[in-house]
Amino acid sequence: MAKIKTTLLIATCGLAIAACAKKRPETLPPAPVETPATEAPPATTGTGTGDVSPGSAADFQRSVTSNTINFGLDQYDIDPGARAILDSQAEWLARYPDVRITIEGHCDERGTREYNLGLGDRRANAAKNYLAAKGISPARMTTISYGSERPVATGSDEAAWAQNRRAVTIVLG
Amino acid sequence: MFRISAAIALLLATTAAAQQPAPPVPSAPAGAPQGAPATAGDQGGLVVDVEGGISAPTPIAIPVMPAAAVVNTPAGSTDALGRQLSDIIANDLKGSGLFTPLPPSQLRAVAMAEVQAPSFDYWRSTSAQALVQGFIRANGDGTLTVGCYLYDVSSQRELAKQGFVVSPADWRRAAHKCADTIYSRLTGEGPYFDSRIVYVSETGPKTKRIKRLAIMDQDGANHRFLTNGQSIVLTPRFAPNQQSIVYMSYENDRPSIYVYDLGSGRPRRVVQGASLTFAPRFSPDGRWILFSMATSGNTDLYRVSASGGTPQRLTTSPGIDTGGSYSPDGNRIVFESDRSGGQQLYVMNADGSNQQRISFGSGRYATPVWSPRGDLIAFTKLAGNFRIGIMSPSGGGEKLLTNDWSDEGPSWSPNGRAITFYRSGRGAGGTATLWVVDLTGVNERRVPTPLSGSDPAWGPLRP
Repeated sequence: MAKIKTTLLIATCGLAIAACAKKRPETLPPAPVETPATEAPPATTGTGTGDVSPGSAADFQRSVTSNTINFGLDQYDIDPGARAILDSQAEWLARYPDVRITIEGHCDERGTREYNLGLGDRRANAAKNYLAAKGISPARMTTISYGSERPVATGSDEAAWAQNRRAVTIVLG
Repeated sequence: MFRISAAIALLLATTAAAQQPAPPVPSAPAGAPQGAPATAGDQGGLVVDVEGGISAPTPIAIPVMPAAAVVNTPAGSTDALGRQLSDIIANDLKGSGLFTPLPPSQLRAVAMAEVQAPSFDYWRSTSAQALVQGFIRANGDGTLTVGCYLYDVSSQRELAKQGFVVSPADWRRAAHKCADTIYSRLTGEGPYFDSRIVYVSETGPKTKRIKRLAIMDQDGANHRFLTNGQSIVLTPRFAPNQQSIVYMSYENDRPSIYVYDLGSGRPRRVVQGASLTFAPRFSPDGRWILFSMATSGNTDLYRVSASGGTPQRLTTSPGIDTGGSYSPDGNRIVFESDRSGGQQLYVMNADGSNQQRISFGSGRYATPVWSPRGDLIAFTKLAGNFRIGIMSPSGGGEKLLTNDWSDEGPSWSPNGRAITFYRSGRGAGGTATLWVVDLTGVNERRVPTPLSGSDPAWGPLRP
């Protein structure tokens, strides 16, 4: 299992071109500890009928696998589950080349406040770099780190923390 | 703003500059103090040991301070103020962990004439080893004078005396200055009670917590909000001259560092550009702001002139370098970095050269802050629980001071004897509270705040 994960990670890096390899330290971070959240909470689906305008935020929510990817404890690498989600986002973004996005990076509460700001920035940029490697222009993407300031799950347990370690893609305007 | 105009006279206390007899306190109680002042060099006086004293606090009597005359002032009537002054002094001294104020039932009413001629026969019948007496007087120009006298009960000697003239708005400061006089005279340590704390006041659910900058006296009094809560604000820290506060804000969804001017109430963005800037802290001379900037997922330490301009980069590692704090002489910087894998503490020269790791224990180390005395570094240790600890700047002598689920963000008292930090509770209803612990780790107490609070930063001693 761990072996497969490593292989996939390397493949991801290859795809993500220099962006990924360059800013990572010589040593890859240790394999994520049981990355729990390959399936993120489903995007709010409403009872989407046909009244969603193409290229809108609502259309994005309806079209992509999820607007959220999750990370392992203290990790910021894009794992296979996250890849699939970002692939669906890249596909949609390619269809609407005028749409701009911002990517939020978030952390769980088990890190110190200032470090989490840096870690959230890493996570947002990891997602941005992946999308850039998929052909989305970096000029269309901004990032913002919220550190641990905006959790989605309020518990103080591993399940909640796993949900809170995330990068969220927001369609602007 | 601070009106403690020249301590009257009799400043004697510890200043050896007592050659010229200071002018007596205007119309102090009959026989204003003129005797030789006690000085730090005196032998044989009562001494309170800051280490051992914690386990056996010194009993101290602090009777109500009489008023020279009962007068209504903008701060209240002088007799009410006399009661409150002694309460504030007792609360400060008790909070240090080194003193046990006698309960009111064991105190006697002190007449004005008795302030400088204590009834030692009575006090020797109590458990008090030290006695604090004083008086309050409303002056014709609208100011208040507070006299403050410290006696050694067993030797019946006066150990210190000071007078303070304050505007009515600053009346509490006279009590803190008096408590500082007593604390310093008995322990030999620097004063710290006349100081303020800036912090982040918190309210609302965890998923969208509202955070506001707030400032208060060290004991929680004179609380006031500085921002309105529309933007998340984090990690405020005082400028050395206390005229401004540097902090991080999400104003306009562009998280970056700001300087808040306490005079005008206006914030100013420090570093222009789109990059995330955070973890700001002033240099000891106030000329620089040390901070972290993240660009493309990499965080390094920079410094920028306190008035703005182009930042200078100090670190270049591919990890997250943050939490920078200057040594008191401004020559070195302690910071945290995860360049080795997890967060650890490093010390470097102020120009970024000679970076050396100093933390090697198990677990991770974060949020280092250099003591104002230079001898210690306080930090958060992450190993299961988050705990507040101290170590020497070379990394030796590690000692953990707290042990709760999540204690974080230490900040030093002006005299380097105590540390304020915040403690987070678990779960959806978990809130954060402010605490102070002393260097022995024994005396831990909560700092009262109107709402929840985090990110406390202790300001310097007020002038």
